[in-house]
Amino acid sequence: MWLYEKKLQYPVRVSGPNPWLAKNIITQYGGPDGELSASLRYLTQRYTMPIPEAKGALTDIGTEELAHMEIVAALVYNLIKDATLEQLKAHGMDGYYADHDRALYFVDATGNPWTATYIQSKGDPIADLHENMAAEEKARATYEWLINLSDDPLVTDALRFLRMREIVHFQRFGETLRLVQEWMDRKKFF
Amino acid sequence: MQRDRRELLLKIMALDFTALELNLYLDTHPRDARALEDYNRVTQELFALRQEYQERYGPLIHFGHGYSKYPWQWIEEPWPWEMTF
Repeated sequence: MWLYEKKLQYPVRVSGPNPWLAKNIITQYGGPDGELSASLRYLTQRYTMPIPEAKGALTDIGTEELAHMEIVAALVYNLIKDATLEQLKAHGMDGYYADHDRALYFVDATGNPWTATYIQSKGDPIADLHENMAAEEKARATYEWLINLSDDPLVTDALRFLRMREIVHFQRFGETLRLVQEWMDRKKFF
Repeated sequence: MQRDRRELLLKIMALDFTALELNLYLDTHPRDARALEDYNRVTQELFALRQEYQERYGPLIHFGHGYSKYPWQWIEEPWPWEMTF
């Protein structure tokens, strides 16, 4: 069961219509290292985690990723909702417009649709937790490239928040991995 | 959105984040008594602030977690992606 809280995790503001920035940021909505991939990866891996700490961490981090997906969606939505057709065309969003108008859809920065092949759920907690740590680092790097690209300081502020969260999640997954390894070592001797 | 409503919401968002961050930490440090004490204190503060917000502006959480006045306040705009802070 999940509950919806009628608020964002972090306030979102944009300086004005900016389809060019939206086209790049949308990769954190539906791209390989984006928030949909992150939330679904953790929420589906949690079922086969062997210890309570890992079940908790994957449930809670997976849930936080859904809130990040909402922040990215709010950024993209506000960057394109008032953009004119001319602006969309000038910044290469005419193809996106043809398929989706100004609706939100799960694609990466070059238009490839989201696919379940972006994530893995192996049933081996060591393999899964290593994947998650790598995923957090890839997402952190993506936010850094987006911050480098951003020409809107208000958007950059939200991107910085999201980047910091990747670092915290990496830390928590590292601790989870250590706890799972300790649990496996104990199993071997008894 | 009126200024006092926005300010109260931002306060709740900040406390919510504190609770979330402590929650993730406690998932991998379940025996850290100090963090647990912080978590419970923040939870209590958050509960009181949420009550205050919901009495004034309607439910912040759906499915039986906040009262509504007539007519059904849950669907009132703005939704989170429509809020400009």
